[in-house]
Amino acid sequence: MKNIFIICRKEMKSYFASPIAYLLMALFAVIFGFFFYSATAIFVMRGMESQMMGRGFPMDVNEWVIRPLLMNASVVGLFLIPLITMRLYAEEKRSGTIELLLTSPVRDIEVIVGKWLAALLMYLCMLGISALNIAVLFAYGKPDWKPILIGYLGLILQGGCLLAIGTFISTMTRNQIIAGGATFAVCLLLWVLDWVTAYDPSTFGRVVAYLSVVTHFEPFSKGVLDTKDLVFYLSMIFFGLFLTARSMESLRWRA
Amino acid sequence: MIKVEGMTKRYARTVAVDNISFEVEKGRIVGFLGPNGAGKTTTMRVLTCFLPPSAGTAKVAGFDVLEQPLEVKKRIGYLPETPPLYPEMEVVEYLTFVGGLKGIPRADLKRRVGEVCERCAITDVTTRLIGKLSKGYRQRVGLAQAIIHNPDVLILDEPTAGLDPKQIIETRELIKSLAGNHTIILSTHILPEVEHTCQEVIIINRGKLAAIDSVENLTARLRGSEAVAVEVEAAAGKLNGGEVQQKLEQVAGVSRVICKESRDSRCLFEVESLQGRHVRADLARAVVGAGWNLLELRPVALSLENIFLELTAAEQPAPAPGGKQ
Repeated sequence: MKNIFIICRKEMKSYFASPIAYLLMALFAVIFGFFFYSATAIFVMRGMESQMMGRGFPMDVNEWVIRPLLMNASVVGLFLIPLITMRLYAEEKRSGTIELLLTSPVRDIEVIVGKWLAALLMYLCMLGISALNIAVLFAYGKPDWKPILIGYLGLILQGGCLLAIGTFISTMTRNQIIAGGATFAVCLLLWVLDWVTAYDPSTFGRVVAYLSVVTHFEPFSKGVLDTKDLVFYLSMIFFGLFLTARSMESLRWRA
Repeated sequence: MIKVEGMTKRYARTVAVDNISFEVEKGRIVGFLGPNGAGKTTTMRVLTCFLPPSAGTAKVAGFDVLEQPLEVKKRIGYLPETPPLYPEMEVVEYLTFVGGLKGIPRADLKRRVGEVCERCAITDVTTRLIGKLSKGYRQRVGLAQAIIHNPDVLILDEPTAGLDPKQIIETRELIKSLAGNHTIILSTHILPEVEHTCQEVIIINRGKLAAIDSVENLTARLRGSEAVAVEVEAAAGKLNGGEVQQKLEQVAGVSRVICKESRDSRCLFEVESLQGRHVRADLARAVVGAGWNLLELRPVALSLENIFLELTAAEQPAPAPGGKQ
């Protein structure tokens, strides 16, 4: 347990000692900011329109602003996650520091979880910036906070599962660019898998679509906490970390 | 302290280490000697649990590297060929991280970091970024990292590679001062280093054990003789090399005389004698007695270099197996 903390702290320091943490947060701030501006601008315009038309029913901020925002944030995450995970192992393998980790009295699993947790924390720092935008909504309106929390939980779970996959991919190469590129490809694939349902309504199509991370995020964005999706994300995280552990072990045997 | 039995390590197509066995007692400094690609690094990696052996066993302090790797790792300090450093960390930060990883309690951590900084003479760079340090300092930070948890066994892979002469001497002194409490294995292909620092030598060539003995024994065993260089000059005119050679061969105790160099008026011979026979005085008398001038008379140091070359050149030079991974 203590070792996990030590590894995690070291990784966090590495993120913030390099420009990557700031770059990630800045990129996310800009992109999310743009989405936020667009969503609220549309909302305000529609709101004024409906008032002028004399339709008095109140428009829902959660439905009109927060839900599309969360969906967008999940997609933006997809693009930025490879940047978070690509260095985790590739860097250690390239510089030889992996020898230090593997010859220290720590279990592989402690190293893996420590690194994954650090990546998750980094992702949270990035997400944290979007909280500023949401705070603005609270300042000027009365959104329902419970669906927002569920939505963020969904973002964290989805991020956790993609980060676990990225960590695994990073163990397989000593080249960060390859690790990042491959992770991006896998993330993208996991995102678009649900398109299958559009042309293949068979069971096979449904199974493939089920693997899409976005299908499972949709309920979260609506503020619905479904155990089915929770289980999906948690098992994906477990699966990704399990693969990482196997890959670490094979690293020794192949050498 | 360290016991290796029939250890073999195969990579996909090559055998890096082939069935080697040796034992190291507690508190000894052992030099691991061999040409590049001989299997030194591989053997060390097996001992540090970085690689599992393909066959055979390796035990450190009674713990098997495969069965109880955590116990082994706790007792080992390891400095790989390239020190495992994070360039974006400060020296103290890095040592604190490694110390924590090696299981030093938090209360002791700060004190230990201070101690090893002092020991490895890096106190003046403690707050510098590792990436900005010179090669010598990096090597020393690497060494500090290896000894931070006061391990029973220290495994150093070419600890003096890339250092300047002064730093090499300092590092050797440091390693010597660590002996006693620690069992040290250090690999190198620099021979004087072994002669200076080690008590025992393990020579390994192309994955096989070539010799294992103490430095003195090895020197004595492999050459049953001593050698003296003699330079002779004619008092006047040309020197007859054959005549001198004959004269020298007649000296009691001399086993062989080789003419190394021959110029008009002077000749350089290497005279080998049986072990334990001190022939220098007799040689001098013989030369002077025959009316020649004795220019030089000095014992030729039989260094490990000769032994090493003898042992490793026995097989024809072929591309070495294994290699650094």
